[in-house]
Amino acid sequence: MPVVLETISLVKQFNGIIASDNVSLQIEKGARHALIGPNGAGKTTLINLLTGVSRPTSGRILLDGEDITDLSTHKRVRLGVVRTFQINQLFSDLTPLETIGLAVSERRGQGLDWWRIVGSRPDLVAEVVEILERFHLTDVIDKRTAVLPYGKQRLLEIAVAIACRPRVLLLDEPAAGVPEDERHEILAAVAALPSDVSVLLIEHDMDIVFSFADRISVLVNGALFVEGTPEEVAHDARVKAVYLGEELVDA
Amino acid sequence: MLTILFDGIAYGMLLFVLACGLAVTLGLMNFINLAHGAFAMAGGYVTVVLVNRLGVPFLVSLPIAFLASAGVGFIFERTLYVHVYRKSHLDQVLFTIGLVFMSVAAVDYVMGSSQVFVQVPSAWQGKFDAFGVGIGRYRLLIIVICGLLTVALQFILAYTRFGSRLRAAVDDSRVARGLGINVNWIFALTFAFGSGLAGLGGALGAEILGLDPSFPLKFMIYFLIVVTVGGTSSITGPFLASLLLGIGDVAGKYYVPTLGSFVIYTIMIVVLVWRPQGLFSRATSR
Amino acid sequence: MTPPPAAVRTATEWLSARARWHPLEIVFWFAAFAAIYLFPARHLILTEIAWLGLFALSLDLILGYAGIISLGHAAFFGFGAYTAALLAKHEIIEEPVLALLISGCAAMTLGFVTSFLVLRGSDLTRLMVTLGVALVLRELANRYGWLTGGADGLQGASVKPVLGVFRFDMFGHTGYTYCLTVLFILFLVARRLVNSPFGLSLLSVKSNPLRSSAIGISVDARLVAIYTVAAGYAGIAGALLAQTTAFASLEVFSFDRSADLLLVLIIGGAGYLYGGLIGAIIFKFMQDYLSALTPQYWPFWIGLALVVIVLVGRDRITSWTTPIRLMAARLNWRALARRSAERL
Repeated sequence: MPVVLETISLVKQFNGIIASDNVSLQIEKGARHALIGPNGAGKTTLINLLTGVSRPTSGRILLDGEDITDLSTHKRVRLGVVRTFQINQLFSDLTPLETIGLAVSERRGQGLDWWRIVGSRPDLVAEVVEILERFHLTDVIDKRTAVLPYGKQRLLEIAVAIACRPRVLLLDEPAAGVPEDERHEILAAVAALPSDVSVLLIEHDMDIVFSFADRISVLVNGALFVEGTPEEVAHDARVKAVYLGEELVDA
Repeated sequence: MLTILFDGIAYGMLLFVLACGLAVTLGLMNFINLAHGAFAMAGGYVTVVLVNRLGVPFLVSLPIAFLASAGVGFIFERTLYVHVYRKSHLDQVLFTIGLVFMSVAAVDYVMGSSQVFVQVPSAWQGKFDAFGVGIGRYRLLIIVICGLLTVALQFILAYTRFGSRLRAAVDDSRVARGLGINVNWIFALTFAFGSGLAGLGGALGAEILGLDPSFPLKFMIYFLIVVTVGGTSSITGPFLASLLLGIGDVAGKYYVPTLGSFVIYTIMIVVLVWRPQGLFSRATSR
Repeated sequence: MTPPPAAVRTATEWLSARARWHPLEIVFWFAAFAAIYLFPARHLILTEIAWLGLFALSLDLILGYAGIISLGHAAFFGFGAYTAALLAKHEIIEEPVLALLISGCAAMTLGFVTSFLVLRGSDLTRLMVTLGVALVLRELANRYGWLTGGADGLQGASVKPVLGVFRFDMFGHTGYTYCLTVLFILFLVARRLVNSPFGLSLLSVKSNPLRSSAIGISVDARLVAIYTVAAGYAGIAGALLAQTTAFASLEVFSFDRSADLLLVLIIGGAGYLYGGLIGAIIFKFMQDYLSALTPQYWPFWIGLALVVIVLVGRDRITSWTTPIRLMAARLNWRALARRSAERL
């Protein structure tokens, strides 16, 4: 399978601390790729580098062969590199309808349209409603995001990313902080992601990782430690050692 | 040229004493206090009243000005400011601008709107020559007093328990609270102390800077420049920024009189755009 | 899977609810225009309210919708005022509407050029930089007195009749109609703008710039755009002042003006466009009343108002307008008003 997003010897240094250590990662087209590692291993740092929130100290990032290392975040989003945040980053005063509406209108290049009234394009609204239905958000469609339950907010976080029609979707712990009874909705949403979207999933919950991923990369102290299929990683002794004897689910 | 340097240093050190309270307030509580100049004005007018009308010796009036401003600062902090800490920056700006307007109008009403002068004792007036440089006695006094204050401040911060608690609270107030440091009390004391210093600066500076009810507005920009250019993570930053500003302003007004303050404002804008966190501060995010 | 048309229709209703004209708005503008005929004796103060309202509207665009705290918005106001005054005095452009447009463009250019200064840095940095720009302009106007009239101001900048027909008079009749018309037209444009996808993106940038860039919005570009537009509006407001009084002075750049403007906007409430207009009405009548009582110490009352408003809480202050906003027939307008009350 062709590689859609790759990093070449990516290094990120903060005042002497090496957060990313020579990371060369390849994400294949249509992949269900998981990134795991102990806390502080540098997973979110890597996502920040991939999305342009921080700039690498050295190394390159290629999207479909094109160098995007110097591009700003919003430009990368336009090229299809989209992420979700580990802690919800939403617009607290906007409703899900407005939030998704904004994402879709930006994607369609209508963001600078200052004359048209929001909602005056029926085809755009139809797409927005369709996305909201897919993520089971129609019951809260017109409520301020700030008053939504956390699980719904998390669904919205993923829905916004999907509304951007990503080529590569970077999910940063999508189930984090979600109460038990709302988790299955998140997991169902993640499982139902379109197959042409290449997904990099960061997760701690090994059940999710092993049911979702067809490829796993293990990040330790900022460096890629082990990579392979779920079976390979599950049985790798070094990985077990790193997780201090934590039981990994047999794939 | 050296006279200009000398005058500039005097001006700069005066600015430092005036502005360092503001720097600490901003660094400690992330509170934008645009009314800082009002405390300076208070100290200035206290000295004017004491020296001109009550015949108190000038040097004696200085600590009284300090205490008066510190007292006013403490009262205001405990009664008014404390309600505004958690509010947004916009609210803080609106609130402190409101206080400035009120203080300016109140002083105008009580003291009149014309500029007042302190009857500085003749011993401190005039100049003398040292090594071919014209040294104003009053400015020398300013440098000495402000220099001593700066050293004392640095000593307090570095070697006393209060100082280390203050530095901890500035660095991370949540952690400091967790360590049992009473941050609210530290803040009240620091605010009072900073206001007192401002008052002392106002008293010292009345003669050089000119004292009238619009003082807080006229000099607000200078204090803010010191704080934003110098950063708030130490007192050496504002100290250096004050010297830079003082020398720059005096030199600018001498060499390029038609443009005067324009140079200072432009430098400030350039610095802030190039390094928004200030020239001298650590690039820590807040 | 296309959603049912009923769902799409409802969603469209909700999305465009904010843009629908509310009866109270129509009453407001009707009253404003009716005042031309009903209160000829008050036309002078109404003229001031008109351009002050426009000035406050321009601040609302950057403060209420984009979250930029500016202490120097008077820079654009003053720049527009001096441009219009100079155009009139030196008889370069004699027709006021044309001069108005040119002044607006001049202010917009200044806004565009200085917009890059407010992109970076914290709230305090932005305060400083905006304040600095206004002070620099004031200094320049002071130094180049041969052009600007210096501390005495630029006198004799009287304009020819509007569109060649409507002469300006001492009582403000033409002045009020002129200012109100300009205000109304610019208000309509602003209303379209804030209810458009662009306006929605501004709200998102104000609420969470990190998220905005994560959905493909160039935060810097949007801020530059709205800052430029707001500067143009402020410049036109300043030009209206210059044209209706045939005078411009250094005071148009002063910190007092920027500070007063903040109060005007805050009284009415930021973030729903009418706050600046309502605030201008209240402020002007308050000023009229209080400066008759204590002409010299008027700033004291402004200061007190600011302190009280902040201590009581800005949202609680503007909640006095909520009953008005709640006086509505439609459910979605109520929800809309509640949301806009919570917005800033």
